[in-house]
Amino acid sequence: MCLGIPGRVLEVNPENQTAVIETFGVKNTVSTFFVPDVQVGDYLMVHTGYAIEKLDVEEAEIRIKLWEEILSDATPGEVSRPGDR
Amino acid sequence: MQLLEKFRDPAIGRGLLEKVVARAGQVREKLGRRAVFMEVCGTHTVAISRAGLRSILGEYMELRSGPGCPVCVTDYGDIDRMVAFGALPGVTVGTFGDMVRVPGSRTSLERQRAAGADVRLFYSPRDAVAWAAAHPGREMVFLGVGFETTAPGVGAAIAEARARGLKNFSVFSAHKIVPPAMRAILADPDLKLDGFILPGHVSTIIGRRAFDFIAAEYGLPAVVSGFEPLDIIDAVYRLLGQLLSGEARVENGYTRLVREEGNPRARAQMYEVFTVGDASWRGFGLIPQSGLDIRETYRDFDAAARFEVTIEPPRLPKGCACGDLLKGKLAPTDCRLFGTACTPEHPVGPCMVSSEGACAAYYQYERR
Repeated sequence: MCLGIPGRVLEVNPENQTAVIETFGVKNTVSTFFVPDVQVGDYLMVHTGYAIEKLDVEEAEIRIKLWEEILSDATPGEVSRPGDR
Repeated sequence: MQLLEKFRDPAIGRGLLEKVVARAGQVREKLGRRAVFMEVCGTHTVAISRAGLRSILGEYMELRSGPGCPVCVTDYGDIDRMVAFGALPGVTVGTFGDMVRVPGSRTSLERQRAAGADVRLFYSPRDAVAWAAAHPGREMVFLGVGFETTAPGVGAAIAEARARGLKNFSVFSAHKIVPPAMRAILADPDLKLDGFILPGHVSTIIGRRAFDFIAAEYGLPAVVSGFEPLDIIDAVYRLLGQLLSGEARVENGYTRLVREEGNPRARAQMYEVFTVGDASWRGFGLIPQSGLDIRETYRDFDAAARFEVTIEPPRLPKGCACGDLLKGKLAPTDCRLFGTACTPEHPVGPCMVSSEGACAAYYQYERR
């Protein structure tokens, strides 16, 4: 029951606080009761039928960039400072 | 989902792994031994096993599994009680799939069902509420098992049942909260841990800040992590970085989902319906203030208050090391029964049953 399922919002139904999301081609209706202001195109993380948070796309991109930076600056065996953020 | 695919990029993964290995070598030199990190979440256990990280990194560090599988930490007495609900006339037991095969002292829900009990699987507690509404002649007892990720949803389902005026929906709450169990582990003088990989989705609800005590009170580094292989490699990389520089902080490696303060709406729903109480954990015994009980104001939806079930004193299976494993004292492969008397087809303990259980994960991905 602990498995989180991410999905992209296809349709928002504010009147009953649900949204239709798509996860790797599979559509599901989930409750958006815990996540206000859901918009079509948002990514949601869903647990047991309830969206628990909206995925911050900008933060995801920053993270990927950070890794690419770590790798491009890298010299083998180098100790870089931790705590980038 | 293109964005998320990036979090599985093998080229980045390989590059980061090299960095991890280099750092881990330095940490091993500094400590004079391998670093030991615990992954607290069962989904992390599975992800680490599936990606092969435990064996790839085994020379440099130990990744040890903790008490993060909610089915696994459910006490025998509670499982026996759940099974007993299934024997009551007119009662349909609703449950998440993982719980069905978990053996209690004498039988399991699965065997109860084979013997005629009405046991139904639901992905969401919302579906159990809908089922109850459609079957007014039956009593739906839903088994609330899980941590802070699951409890808000079950709380919302109870609130929905009340709003719809349902009289035949109730929940048996075996919900637990994570920080008290981590304190129990941290207080154990036998466990020498160097850091924690923290559960990303529990943190989504309770916030990164809720784990600050690990660094502040116990001086250990910790990193909140997502569940993709790169997230976990990154978390290990950060933990090693902290050990090298002699720091102890609780970092957020899952900023795309986890906020400092968590999700206040989800928490409000959880505490509207539940209140914190003592709970028994498999392996640990009673941990004060570590469980979620249904509030007096929602008593009509509390299966424990509405139905009387009596159980025999729990009988523990001989030789099952699940309890010590959940406390981080053993690896599944240290158990005598692992892979012989205890397999996913014939599980002796819950750690071999649940898809999030460490024994099931090691059996599937790490057996040699």
